[in-house]
Amino acid sequence: MTPAISIDGLAVVFDRFRALKGVSLEVQSGDSFGLVGESGSGKSTLLKAIAGLVPAASGTITVNGKTLGARRDKAFYREVQMVFQDPYGSLHPRQTVDRLLQEPLAIHGFADGEQRIQRALDEVGLGNGFRFRYAHQLSGGQRQRVAIARALILEPSILLLDEPTSALDASVQAEVLNLLEEVRRRRKLTFLMVSHDLAIITHMCERLMVMQSGEAVENLTASQLIGHRVTMDYTRNLLRASEGFVRT
Amino acid sequence: MSDATGTLLEVDDLRVDFPTRTGLVQAVRGVSFSLGRERLGIVGESGSGKSQTGRAIMGLTPPQALVSAKKLALDGIDLLAMPARQRRALRGKRIAMILQDPKYSLDPVMSIGRQIVETLRTHEKVSKGEARERALAMLEAVQIRDPARVFDLHPHEVSGGMGQRAMIAMMLIAGPELMIADEPTSALDVTVQLDVLGILDRLVSERGMGLIFISHDLRLVASFCDRVIVMYAGKVVEQLKASELREAQHPYTRGLLNCMPKIGYERHPLPVLDRKPEWAA
Repeated sequence: MTPAISIDGLAVVFDRFRALKGVSLEVQSGDSFGLVGESGSGKSTLLKAIAGLVPAASGTITVNGKTLGARRDKAFYREVQMVFQDPYGSLHPRQTVDRLLQEPLAIHGFADGEQRIQRALDEVGLGNGFRFRYAHQLSGGQRQRVAIARALILEPSILLLDEPTSALDASVQAEVLNLLEEVRRRRKLTFLMVSHDLAIITHMCERLMVMQSGEAVENLTASQLIGHRVTMDYTRNLLRASEGFVRT
Repeated sequence: MSDATGTLLEVDDLRVDFPTRTGLVQAVRGVSFSLGRERLGIVGESGSGKSQTGRAIMGLTPPQALVSAKKLALDGIDLLAMPARQRRALRGKRIAMILQDPKYSLDPVMSIGRQIVETLRTHEKVSKGEARERALAMLEAVQIRDPARVFDLHPHEVSGGMGQRAMIAMMLIAGPELMIADEPTSALDVTVQLDVLGILDRLVSERGMGLIFISHDLRLVASFCDRVIVMYAGKVVEQLKASELREAQHPYTRGLLNCMPKIGYERHPLPVLDRKPEWAA
């Protein structure tokens, strides 16, 4: 079986700063793969490089068996969609939800927009009442649901999730994580998910990669992480930090 | 100054209302608590009124809002009856506040050192040279390795963790008795979070300050504070000792504790909060 995403020796350079220094990874179709690390570790850059939002300096990215060039074609975006961290920043402030959801449909020339919008909103649990609202009339959780609906409306097979819940309250986070798990199960999606929160990654992903300053530190399965069977000190530090404050 | 066991801050029936076109929005609806020289956590979701509570104590409520309380007193001094000028002198001197994101709450066009010196010289009559010395010492106290270098940097030149340390330094320099920390670590990485909390913890206990720690992260607060107040819809729904968080009674507190994914506990789907209208009553 061809892997959904296969990355080999990917490097990303901003001016002289090497944000990614030759990272390789493979995500099987239908898997949920997590990327963890501190800010600046390159985990978001990796997602952006796959989505074509930052140029790769070297290395190859292969999605569903097709090696990607410098430019992404339309067909790519029907397969791969991204959900961003900040639901306040990723929705157009002057467009209604309806308009937001129509845009991808118009770009890809879908005729049955009406039904698709309704279905997408139902799927993320928003219903028709939200269709003609603006982003500022929605709560953070509702906005992220709209962002997920926008990603799902083209029926992609791969979702790139960049800290999808870190701007949300804990209780709302649970709702959005449940929603993501549900759509993944229903649509057999492949997830590549970035988070700095190990608990979220072990909850959502079967396998994960720990990153630090643009490099892969180690590859683990969720159960290895849960059992603290990690080899690198950096991962151990992250694990300790996720257990909360300990007074010395 | 009150003694170590005495009450530092008394809040009785604090209310913050915002008049809007569509009527009165009651952000804080009768919050009461008292604080000694201890670490008190205020936990709640966005919109629960936790930040507005902190801001009302600090006197930073937006001008259009109405603040009222049966009692809001620092060390026996009524904060609400006080003229604005006195309140201003108190702010930064006896009460200090750490905000969430150093990227937005530090002055972007002033070097870190100058900002700290400014705070100090606003509240104390010290020479420029002495102010600089004290600012450098304070930067060292928040574990900045090279204070002389950081002193001359601007906020955009330092990392989030470093910026937050600089803010703590700025807030502590005038030696406040009460520190309000509004989500001081939410914008930071988990590992940096613990460093910053460690610094805060040490300085607060060394200097015998009272600390109000406002956060949405119940677990973090429980591991850091002595006592926790849980707020929902502008009201306190539960007050408990941090060590007794596991025995929390209120379904909202239990829900908040429950809904976070935890390493080693498989729960699919995660339990979500089932909000009851009577909680807000």
